[in-house]
Amino acid sequence: MGYTLNFGAVWRDFDLLLSGLALGLGLAIVSILIGCVIGLAAAFATISNRVWLRRIAGAYVTAIRNTPILVLILFTYFALPQLGVRIGKIESFILTLAVYAGAYLTEVFRGALLALPGGLREAGLAIGLTERQTKIWIIIPVMWRNALPALSNNFISLFKDTSLAAAIAVPELTFYARQINVNTFRVVETWLIASLLYVAACYIIAFGLRQVERRLAIPR
Amino acid sequence: MLDLARFATELWIARWAVAQGLGMTILISTLAIVLGSLLGIGIGLVLVYGGWIARFIVRLYVDFVRGTPVFVLVLASFYLLSGIGIQLTAFQAGLFALTIFCSTHVGENLRGSLLSLPRGQMEAGKAIGLTFPQVFAYILAPQALRQALPAWVNTATEMVKASTLLSIIGVVELLLVTREIISRNFLSLEFYFFAGLLYFLIDYAIERAGKFVERRVALPT
Repeated sequence: MGYTLNFGAVWRDFDLLLSGLALGLGLAIVSILIGCVIGLAAAFATISNRVWLRRIAGAYVTAIRNTPILVLILFTYFALPQLGVRIGKIESFILTLAVYAGAYLTEVFRGALLALPGGLREAGLAIGLTERQTKIWIIIPVMWRNALPALSNNFISLFKDTSLAAAIAVPELTFYARQINVNTFRVVETWLIASLLYVAACYIIAFGLRQVERRLAIPR
Repeated sequence: MLDLARFATELWIARWAVAQGLGMTILISTLAIVLGSLLGIGIGLVLVYGGWIARFIVRLYVDFVRGTPVFVLVLASFYLLSGIGIQLTAFQAGLFALTIFCSTHVGENLRGSLLSLPRGQMEAGKAIGLTFPQVFAYILAPQALRQALPAWVNTATEMVKASTLLSIIGVVELLLVTREIISRNFLSLEFYFFAGLLYFLIDYAIERAGKFVERRVALPT
């Protein structure tokens, strides 16, 4: 064996790792925001009366959920230019992650929508709101609170998926960890610190989101 | 833009490479699912029935692995294990990472299923004079496994998808083969789409098979 730990090399580049972590978080936040919009639209589509809308939303969810995210990332990054769409690697990654998150969030929102009592919509209509107003002011806010726990889980797994951005050279945590690893050969220290950073970030996010959930929980 | 005739020719040229990549993907996912499930069953049992020290250690392991992205696990096991003197091929290192990842998911799943069983099940078993192994084998396990099945099938599809990450450390599976083909003919759109389609078909088949088994083992209502 004969491996002696020396964290010096990793500490020297620690700020790089932290900036990578921050970028990863940023990517996850932007993606989940866009993903929520897609997911919400698709969730309403899956419970709509129109068959073709249900089919399209269903096909989208099944296709994305059964395809590896790495293939999706590479597809967006390398294949879109072939169709004449030129975007940078960060935009391309956000686009992929948002579409990916959207499929999972569709399921979340769909479940939350179906769990709502039917009286809610009727009550909205009864006080003279239109269908759209009922959706925006009654259905979505209530559903939101039901969906929050699942939303937090999705956010955490999305944050972990940002590590894949390293595959198209987006400078986030995993990218820098590989770089430090290759430059210094401090294998154990680099990967230990990198995974500890991820674990710590996940714990903090989970803790924070649980506080939010508790404050927003529907009192029973 | 799209050049389907050229795609067909290129695909025909590369057919054996694609078949080999597909075989590797299936092999490595199957191994990871089987080994990971075996390890995961142990983890689930310790998490529910273990003493507090064992529980604490296993809980740390599970949380650490689940808090780390699979990609980092794959890279770490590839670089780290050889760094400390354990010489593994890319295949072995990748399989190790996927197995670890799978084991924590199966473990958590089994824990949840076992804990969701009503207490009365255990008490009823004891009341009719069964020992703990008997209660477990005849009463708890059949019910817990039935409950754990949907999530387990989901984990299996996750493993197929996670196996793509091994392409980064040089395991010649479907995605790496695809990337090699694309580097020769630049048909990124067609070949990435094709690879995505193959993965979709594998995962869709697993999902359908899982649904079928679920129906077969479901309790009659």
